[in-house]
Amino acid sequence: MTGIWNAFIDMFDTATIATIVAGAAPLLFAAMGETISEKAGVINLSVDGSMMLAALAGFVAAFETGSVWLGFPAAAAVGMLVALVVAFGSIKLSLNQVAVGFVLFALCTQLSRFLGSSYVGRLPEAVPAWDVPLLESIPFFGRVLFQQNLMVYLSILTVIATYVYMYRTRKGLELQGIGERPEAAHARGIPVNRLRYFYTALGGALIGIGGAAFTLDVKLGWSDRPTLNFGWIVLAIVIFGGWHPIRVAIGVLLFGALQAYALNLIPEFPSLSQVLPSIPFPLMILALVIVNWKALLRWLDRYPWLRAILRSDPPTAIGTRFEVN
Amino acid sequence: MSLELLDIHKHFGPVRANDGITITVETGSLHGLLGENGAGKSTLMKVLSGFHSADSGRIVLDGREIKLASPDDAIEAGIGMLHQDPLVFLPFSVIDNFVLGSPGGWRLDRTQAEDELAELCERYGFNIDPDTPARLLTVGERQQLEILRLLWLGARVLILDEPTTGISADQRAKLFVTLKALAEEGMSVIFVSHKLEEVADLCERVTVMTRGKVVGEAEMPVPPERLVQMMFGQAVEIHGKDPVPLGDSHLRLSDVRMSSGLLSEEPVSLEVAAGEVIGLAGMEGSGQDAFLRICAGMRSPSHGTVHVAGRDLSNKHYREFLASGVKYLPAGRLEEGLIEGLTITEHFVLAGEDRRFFVNWDAARQTAVDQIDHFTIKGTDESTAESLSGGNQQRLLLAMLPPSLKLLLMEHPTRGLDIESADWVWEQLLARREEGTSIVFASADLDELLRYSDRILVFFSGRVFGELDSSQTTVDDIGMLIGGRRIHGAAS
Amino acid sequence: MKSFRLERVFLPTAVVVVSAVGLLLAAGTNGVEPLKLIVEGSIGWPPFESGSSPKVGDTVMVWVPIALASAGLIVTFNAGMWNIGIEGQIIMGAIFAAFVAREVSASRPILILLTIVAGAVGGLLWGLLVGVLRTAGGVNEIFGGLGLDFVAASITTYLIIDPWRRAGVASTSGTDPFPDAALLPSLGGTRFSPLAVAIALLAIVGVWVLFRGTLYGLKLKAVGRNRPSAFLMGIPTNRYLLGAFMICGALAGIAGTSQATGFHYRLIPAISGGYGFLAILVVLLARFRAFWVVPISFFFAMIAVGSSQLQLRLDVNSALGGVLQGVLVLAAMFGLGWSAYRIRQRIAAAGEEPG
Repeated sequence: MTGIWNAFIDMFDTATIATIVAGAAPLLFAAMGETISEKAGVINLSVDGSMMLAALAGFVAAFETGSVWLGFPAAAAVGMLVALVVAFGSIKLSLNQVAVGFVLFALCTQLSRFLGSSYVGRLPEAVPAWDVPLLESIPFFGRVLFQQNLMVYLSILTVIATYVYMYRTRKGLELQGIGERPEAAHARGIPVNRLRYFYTALGGALIGIGGAAFTLDVKLGWSDRPTLNFGWIVLAIVIFGGWHPIRVAIGVLLFGALQAYALNLIPEFPSLSQVLPSIPFPLMILALVIVNWKALLRWLDRYPWLRAILRSDPPTAIGTRFEVN
Repeated sequence: MSLELLDIHKHFGPVRANDGITITVETGSLHGLLGENGAGKSTLMKVLSGFHSADSGRIVLDGREIKLASPDDAIEAGIGMLHQDPLVFLPFSVIDNFVLGSPGGWRLDRTQAEDELAELCERYGFNIDPDTPARLLTVGERQQLEILRLLWLGARVLILDEPTTGISADQRAKLFVTLKALAEEGMSVIFVSHKLEEVADLCERVTVMTRGKVVGEAEMPVPPERLVQMMFGQAVEIHGKDPVPLGDSHLRLSDVRMSSGLLSEEPVSLEVAAGEVIGLAGMEGSGQDAFLRICAGMRSPSHGTVHVAGRDLSNKHYREFLASGVKYLPAGRLEEGLIEGLTITEHFVLAGEDRRFFVNWDAARQTAVDQIDHFTIKGTDESTAESLSGGNQQRLLLAMLPPSLKLLLMEHPTRGLDIESADWVWEQLLARREEGTSIVFASADLDELLRYSDRILVFFSGRVFGELDSSQTTVDDIGMLIGGRRIHGAAS
Repeated sequence: MKSFRLERVFLPTAVVVVSAVGLLLAAGTNGVEPLKLIVEGSIGWPPFESGSSPKVGDTVMVWVPIALASAGLIVTFNAGMWNIGIEGQIIMGAIFAAFVAREVSASRPILILLTIVAGAVGGLLWGLLVGVLRTAGGVNEIFGGLGLDFVAASITTYLIIDPWRRAGVASTSGTDPFPDAALLPSLGGTRFSPLAVAIALLAIVGVWVLFRGTLYGLKLKAVGRNRPSAFLMGIPTNRYLLGAFMICGALAGIAGTSQATGFHYRLIPAISGGYGFLAILVVLLARFRAFWVVPISFFFAMIAVGSSQLQLRLDVNSALGGVLQGVLVLAAMFGLGWSAYRIRQRIAAAGEEPG
């Protein structure tokens, strides 16, 4: 089985790593969006659908105007709109977040198929490649990080910005507070529900941009359900990443690496060519099972370092409502 | 800073939590607010810290009337509140808790905040590591953190709600030193407590509240007996209940230790005979609930054995206890007892003896109708649990009890009930007792404890602080013990 | 409570109707035309006209899995669980049924019975797995279920392109058709299988009886609504949760059998048809009431089958049907949520007044 090993080694090829980084952009945007939303306490379960609808919106806006850069704001607006519906339903009407999210997932998926049917196969202008001057010539890192396009750079910056905002600013600390213990945040004069609307909307916008990064960059053009199941993976990766932006980003890259590895394995198992690309999906969920498995974690307590790596504690007030009085 | 609360009213539905409260707190004074659970102290303090808005009344701070619509307004006005369970973010570090919610722009300068925290720590003799996650702090340290934070935000009125629950004696001593120092610096401190000794130790003035009203005010020192009298009213005449011959041992705890954050390691032994009624006194969270849960088999003691009717049930599953005739009715009737959305009939089916696969609804409805009638529940067989009033929920719970019981464990059997329902509940319970059921109940109502118990265990800070024979005890005695004061002749 | 009738019934209904009509108008149709086409494409126009029987057969055989899955979901929802793993349970049922259909030779009635039992077992095991992850592992059932959905889908694809591939053809389109003896018996020239319909109806009646007339169902409800109270009453809560997942899985598995041996007659990659997720929408719209599942899932099956006509006749993409389903459920949910919100407001306002 040297082929399996070789396929693994091949993944560490500079070009392959560069591809993984490039391919991770959409998921990085969406995963940061979901992280922000859940950190504030609101689960946006509609990601798989809203990302797809936003992907369509971005594609159509770019295709019709001829400018790829108009695609992203359009996608962000659609993602934000769906997220606001989730927020309104759960905060104002006290509907079950999961139920609203699930129905919106189904609706958005079908809506994108319906509205996008006449665009299947059309190609918009793609996000142009742009090497960062000077930095591109750094060995290895230049190729991997600085010979990409603007959306890839932006996706990496989004991760860094999310991290810095969340852990290094006063506002970010408040964001964590409203998802952790809203009554304590309220006691400190922080407007919990207003901020929840805001961060859910912001998260939705990023999810939308992630969708557009598929149709305008990674998987250029519109096809039937182009982002199928990636939204669910985003939800899983956020848990796997323990709601920490950097760890979530690592999860996204890991998922990308798994995908690349699966593709590398195809020559080895030609008969599995149809199955292998979809293997990372169940694997990612299984990883989630591991970080969630309380019995396993209790056992891991004997190995604190391993426990620290696998620890994934949700924001305490996630999915719950907060009412004044 | 002087603070005046003038004629504050706050109602929740029919409940008058605050019914025309007027209190004046002088600048730089330590003001005690004393009262039983449910006296309305917490509501008043929530009004003062902007959590609730009062229905009517005025709050005057240094001669200027202020409006408190949110906690933000209270902080702005310089009123800081320390909650009984300090409202800190457990996974966050001390320093993050310290700065969270402080005014300022986006920039978060942890280094500067750490310096300022260290300075405050030094000034008040606290020792808190800024990088520790708050969940690793003791409750006392969390309080210290909150006090420092409120000082840092510029609080000039400091409210402490039952701050000594769950902290060690050392920490309490330190807290008192700090509070006295703060008062010297001109801080107005409102100390909410039910502990007589502490109020006597600390406060210069005390206001006593009962049932939403101020019932007394006094300059300290006053004899504790007077405070007890103000809190609990005149000593009640204990009318003897019919003695019931005690039977076999229904519950025996030997050397039971309850390992829990709050509870001490002191072992408890107790034997309850058939037909005996044991009252558990003590303020909320003093360990009674953990004790009851051990008796019910819902948690295992870390040490010792539990026998029910002669059978060793230590470390046995809860359902074994249930099968042995133990039944536990916790305080949260809709949280742990009844099921929202299910009808009275369905509740009787769930509680009934009939274990057949298909439910005989006609019979079940008949049972429900009979029981509703027998237990005078205000509702129909189709009423859902949540649509019943508190009293009727309690009636339903009692009606659902199996016919023969060895041991009945209850938390606050009559809390929130009107007098008529409360009397009725006890009528039922005493009837059970005559059938040989042993009853162990926790209550905050001293009158109830004295009137119905044979013996009373007083809990204080997570341990059994005293055991009293209720026929030779007065309200004052229990009040003292609950407040943590030893009395002559009380064995522990 | 009578005074709230306006809010409770009229408002949600109005929201649903206005949204649905608005959607169809916005889609560039005249509003009525697509509905008529959906009816025509699924049960014929006028309904059940002569010659419509193949369509009706298809619609009914789409209704069967949706109804079965919905019946199962009522059980898990009542136990307080979100069984997103329903898709995987349908798929596993289909795989198990396919295995029996391909590998077992027996007389026809026995073979058919075996495919149904195998489907139920496959779904049950897959459902049980979600339940074990939840009760023993503390893994949220949404993600455990979703993961198992992916796993089941991968297994299907693998079986189709490798061990069960069609002789001589490398194809992902599906396995060879099953032998005739394994197929659900159907009325001549259509897919309509009275046996499948009977099982689906039986399942719905069974679930209705479960929650209407049995102690087991009542205890499940108690567990779903308040686990601490149920536990205090002596109900073994974890065992009941597992039971709910097993019942739901078994019914979903039979839905898988119906898909494999009653509709496609072979194993194909997307064997579940997405009917598991669709059933979640059905149950949300039916508000967990068993008998409402019958008409709603039939309506959804009509939309699923009939919307292909939209493409052919109106040049409107057939996904409009799916959009319509989503809009109906969302509108109902928000309509009801809004009216509940208004009722709460009014009660709160009334509570403030003295007396």
